[in-house]
Amino acid sequence: MLAFLAIWQGLAVYLNSNTLPTPEAVAHVFWQGCVSGQLPFHLGVTLLRLVASFTIAMLLGCAIGIVLGRNKKLDAFFDNWLVIFLNVPALVTIILCYVWFGLVESAAILAVVINKLPNVIVTIREGTRTLDQDLLEMARCYRFGKRKTLVHVIWPQLHPFVMGATRSGLALIWKIILVVELLGRSNGMGYQLHLFFQLFDVANILAYTIAFVAVIQLIELLVLKPLDKKAMRWRR
Amino acid sequence: MTDIQINIKNKTYPTAAKPTIANLKLSLNSEEFICLVGPSGCGKTTLLNIIAGLDNDYDGEILVGQQHTHPKIGYVFQNPRLLPWRTVRENIELVLDGPVDVVDALLEVMQLAQSQHAYPERLSLGMSRRVSIIRAFAVDPEVLLMDEPFVSLDAPTARQVRELLVKLWQQRPHTVLFVTHDLREAIALADRLIFLSAAPMQVVSEIVVPISRSERHSELAIESFRQQLLQNHPEIKQLL
Repeated sequence: MLAFLAIWQGLAVYLNSNTLPTPEAVAHVFWQGCVSGQLPFHLGVTLLRLVASFTIAMLLGCAIGIVLGRNKKLDAFFDNWLVIFLNVPALVTIILCYVWFGLVESAAILAVVINKLPNVIVTIREGTRTLDQDLLEMARCYRFGKRKTLVHVIWPQLHPFVMGATRSGLALIWKIILVVELLGRSNGMGYQLHLFFQLFDVANILAYTIAFVAVIQLIELLVLKPLDKKAMRWRR
Repeated sequence: MTDIQINIKNKTYPTAAKPTIANLKLSLNSEEFICLVGPSGCGKTTLLNIIAGLDNDYDGEILVGQQHTHPKIGYVFQNPRLLPWRTVRENIELVLDGPVDVVDALLEVMQLAQSQHAYPERLSLGMSRRVSIIRAFAVDPEVLLMDEPFVSLDAPTARQVRELLVKLWQQRPHTVLFVTHDLREAIALADRLIFLSAAPMQVVSEIVVPISRSERHSELAIESFRQQLLQNHPEIKQLL
């Protein structure tokens, strides 16, 4: 980390250009952004959108993924659609959502969900296909019922797949959400970055990027890692 | 406890040329320990799955008392099938709907009270077999199905688990259907032996084991009965 800062500082001094400000300059802008409340506000707005679209995509995706993984007929029917949605460019869905539903919050969230959902479905479907049939049989003959089977037999086996979908999903959503904001919202990280781009304000772009990286690290450290640890405690 | 009648007219797998089970009739008396002996691959697991309601694609009927229904089942599978993310105790409590007081007593008899909070991956093979036996007894089943549960254990461990099983069964008598292809094991455990033929599976002979429970621990008594059995019933030799 220190070496990285040193190289950055060296390069910035050597180039002496607007395109690469020194770490000190970036830190200054960062601090200003925090004090004025601009940076936390826009970061917060983007985070709210992230939470909303991520929650919807994960819940829907897990439900659909489990159903498709356990039902061959439905799976065969929806398989082609899934491949199509997996491969539609994000930009297309975003533009169409804005055109059809207007430049509103729900259209923005919907665009992100549509981009993320097929990914979750595919991951969870693959997970459901690998479920241990022996354990499912055991649950049937001990009359577990649907809810108990889902909670105690299926869900723990899907955990690695859910965590995989969560990690890749967060990364994907971050990327898409900024484009969504850039194209059709008047707040959030994407909107701000677009503004700084037009002003050629590289220091602010870097400051926002750092804030964003810090948030990702915090999510990984405070949410995902503990979840992993808790779920894996039974392993040798 | 009620008697159970099993009458399977025909069970044929879609891809098979001939039926796996044809005209098989079994009647299980309440609290009786029955061993099903037959060559491997003769469809014993299929039979247990039908009784357990896991396989409903067959022609026939199962009567519990006078009612057409599937009996309440405790199933000890060939591999223990414990949930690896639940402790020993949780694995047992999960199958129970009502109060869980029974669990402590069962753990005590099977000598697992010490390990009740361990996860299954940390147990030895013999221990996880014992957990799956406890789980089967815990639901207070109308029939306890056991599918060669000791097949992958070494001889001393198998013997120990077998003795614990008998002890538990004597304390809490249940109707047991125990599948094995080991005649010595069958004699050591059963009130009645039922010999089954290879596909289509049919009953070849039924023999009541006359050895008293207190004499069952004697290898000599079991061996001499085995010899006598093979001599008097030559038809069962080819099934072993």
